[in-house]
Amino acid sequence: MQGWFWRLGQGSLVAMPLLGAGVALVLGALLIVLAGHNPLTAYGVMLQGALGSQRSLTETALRATPLLIMGLGLTIAFRCKVWNIGAEGQYHLGALAGAVVALNMVDQPAWLVLPLMLLAGVVGGVLWSGLAGWLHLKRGMNLIIVTLMLNYIGILWVRYMARSPLRDPNGFLPESAQFAAVARLPRLLETRLHLGVVIAVLLVGILHVLLWRTPLGFQLRAVGSRASVARAMGIPVGRNVLIALLISGGLAGLAGIIEVSTTITRLKGMISDNYGFSAILVALLGQLQPLGVLVAAFLFSALSIGAEALQVRMQIPAAVAQVIQALVVLLVLAGDALARNRRK
Amino acid sequence: MQISHLSATNCSSIPTDTPLVQMQGIRKAFPGVLANDGVDFELRPGEIHALLGENGAGKTTLMNILAGLYQPDSGQIRLRGQPIRIGSPRQAIQRGIGMVHQHFMLVQSFTVADNIVLGQGGGWLQEDTRQLHQELRQLAERYGLQVDPAAQVAQLSVGEQQRVEILKAIYRGADILILDEPTAVLTPQEVEELLQTLRALAAQGTGIVFISHKLKEVLALCHRVTVLRDGKTVGTVAVAEQLQSLGSAGCERLLAQMMVGREIKPASRGNLGEPGLLGDPLLRLEGVVALSDRGLPALQGIDLQVRAGEIVGVAGVDGNGQRELEEVIAGLRPIQAGRVHFAEPINLAHIPSDRYSMGLLSDFSVAENTILRDVERDPYCRRGWLDWQAIARFAQQLVLQFTVKTPSIQTRAGKLSGGNAQKLVLGRELARQPQLILAAQPTRGLDISAIEYVHHQLLQQRQAGAGILLLSTELEEILHLSDRIVVLYEGKIRGETPAETVDIHQLGLWMAGRA
Repeated sequence: MQGWFWRLGQGSLVAMPLLGAGVALVLGALLIVLAGHNPLTAYGVMLQGALGSQRSLTETALRATPLLIMGLGLTIAFRCKVWNIGAEGQYHLGALAGAVVALNMVDQPAWLVLPLMLLAGVVGGVLWSGLAGWLHLKRGMNLIIVTLMLNYIGILWVRYMARSPLRDPNGFLPESAQFAAVARLPRLLETRLHLGVVIAVLLVGILHVLLWRTPLGFQLRAVGSRASVARAMGIPVGRNVLIALLISGGLAGLAGIIEVSTTITRLKGMISDNYGFSAILVALLGQLQPLGVLVAAFLFSALSIGAEALQVRMQIPAAVAQVIQALVVLLVLAGDALARNRRK
Repeated sequence: MQISHLSATNCSSIPTDTPLVQMQGIRKAFPGVLANDGVDFELRPGEIHALLGENGAGKTTLMNILAGLYQPDSGQIRLRGQPIRIGSPRQAIQRGIGMVHQHFMLVQSFTVADNIVLGQGGGWLQEDTRQLHQELRQLAERYGLQVDPAAQVAQLSVGEQQRVEILKAIYRGADILILDEPTAVLTPQEVEELLQTLRALAAQGTGIVFISHKLKEVLALCHRVTVLRDGKTVGTVAVAEQLQSLGSAGCERLLAQMMVGREIKPASRGNLGEPGLLGDPLLRLEGVVALSDRGLPALQGIDLQVRAGEIVGVAGVDGNGQRELEEVIAGLRPIQAGRVHFAEPINLAHIPSDRYSMGLLSDFSVAENTILRDVERDPYCRRGWLDWQAIARFAQQLVLQFTVKTPSIQTRAGKLSGGNAQKLVLGRELARQPQLILAAQPTRGLDISAIEYVHHQLLQQRQAGAGILLLSTELEEILHLSDRIVVLYEGKIRGETPAETVDIHQLGLWMAGRA
């Protein structure tokens, strides 16, 4: 076992994931060849489409924003070994709660509406995750199942609300009226980027500090490391589990209201491209490190924007691009796991 | 005091056939640690060969290499004279090498028989269970390994699980058997049974490697002893010869000296033997009743008192309620009846019986582990922020004061050897200047110098006026440290005696539940 592979594994926690990404791209190239296209051209199109111009960079950053915010929340949860699979539902409830505020405060000034709307989004996510937490901690139900199932209730509830109670009476489509200008997060300069992007990036720093500089972060990590030890050391396990769950729920709700008050501008049936599930991957891909999650969210977003470019410009089926995306995630994680195991 | 089975030495001559195993110049480095640095080791058929050394000396690493778990960086292994490479545990098993690890590798929800054939790849269909059970029973009987092949592993005691592991190795055709500190988890009776089994196995030609740091067992059981220190071979000693020329006490002193590299004083309480001033009661248990994890009565009306300045030793065979008593006092287990009284305000230090499930976070750094209990207190936390500089200063001081050997305070605690991990726990708990110390199996799995260290610290605390409740299944430890001894048997206090007038015979009877 003295070969290059071994040394690579021992050498670096960066090299192996990169190698994984490389292997994924090679496998993806094979797929593209099978689909009858030149893989180098195709990858060029993907790169161009995701990062090649200001417009595409903006697009990538916008798509990364909800992934980042939710990925950060899940980082806290997973650090505490709280397996919240319900970010998608919490995102929808945040969007719904925020939309109720936005649609009912059209006559108020923006300085009042925006904070209240964002707060409502957070509260929506917190309540939805809190419901899961109550069922888990007080009723002993499995957290993974509870959070997963609450996703479907949340998603369909929003769809119903958009179709009926909150529907724009003057519109033809099953969606709410467009948010008033006072209820839309301001844009940055002349770009399509908005305040939500700034909030997301600020959250990276805030959560890093929370995890590593506060007693709360310390205790959350301790509970995740081994609950029985934490309990023996006088750290309240149940309370920390609940806090981790509520933080991840609150951030998912925040991501929801930011998304509908910016790129979508109204509440409707389809407000998420499975962001809540992708965020789980983003958190894991980012090694549960806030800065890593920032990189992972951007990478993940670039892959999906690039995939769309592939479809539009080369008529390569989106399914192929999605397979490539999945391969990259899978093999990067595999490379990382391999590097860690070798280190032990 | 002498425990009967340990005095019965087995001095048959060393077999002289071709060695089963020869390891030469084995070197293995881990990040930051050189675990084996040119180790030589030899095992002959029918020989019981002890691998002796302090924690972190490299015993387990060496045997993990033989069992195919690690690859050596350099050095040569010969099996029955042939140079070989053991690439994986599976290859090791195929070549007749079986290892019984400190932590058993058993599937709890499977039966004994299932565990033994697990991974054997006997085909898709269920084997003939009855025939298998029959076979296992015969095999078990031949070596005195009493265990029911149909029993579920989760319901077996630790000693029984160990027997399953040994049976598994024999069933798979091992003629080289490695046991990693097999007696650390056993009751005295189980130790006796194990030693008999090992002698029977050796008599049939099996070569046995017995990893240990208990000198008495090693001298009672083994033909030869190889001593490791800091990853190097110190030397190999033929037990029978040395016993003849030095006697058993001289032999123990020789081995102890080889292990630690300096002369070991015979354990004594020294000037700390004077009792401290007996003070107020710090802890009082009245009629405490508690259930075990399985919901069975584990404590059945415990009355106990600890006063400032005394060490109360709770003796007893493992599994008689020690774990539950510890958890009740630490506030980790609810009581069904009775009362637990603490003098108010009390500062309780808890040295847990299982440090990895109650005392340390393996994937936290040494520094983080030093403040697990006090993370919200000044000076580690100021105005809501962790002060990493203050934490590092405290950790650095603690590591120095309690001589914790670690590459740095940023090292993960899981990388520390058993003795150093225990010193870390001890340091954290004692640094809080406790009035009351709950010390549960405080030296389990530790080497001589670490044990000496822990004992010294506890005596010092008592001298300073702390009250100490010592739970230990090592009778010698109880006798050495305690001012007052109580015996725990089936969840009840069977007897109590001051240490000065202790009658060991009487203690033994209480521990066995008689009188």
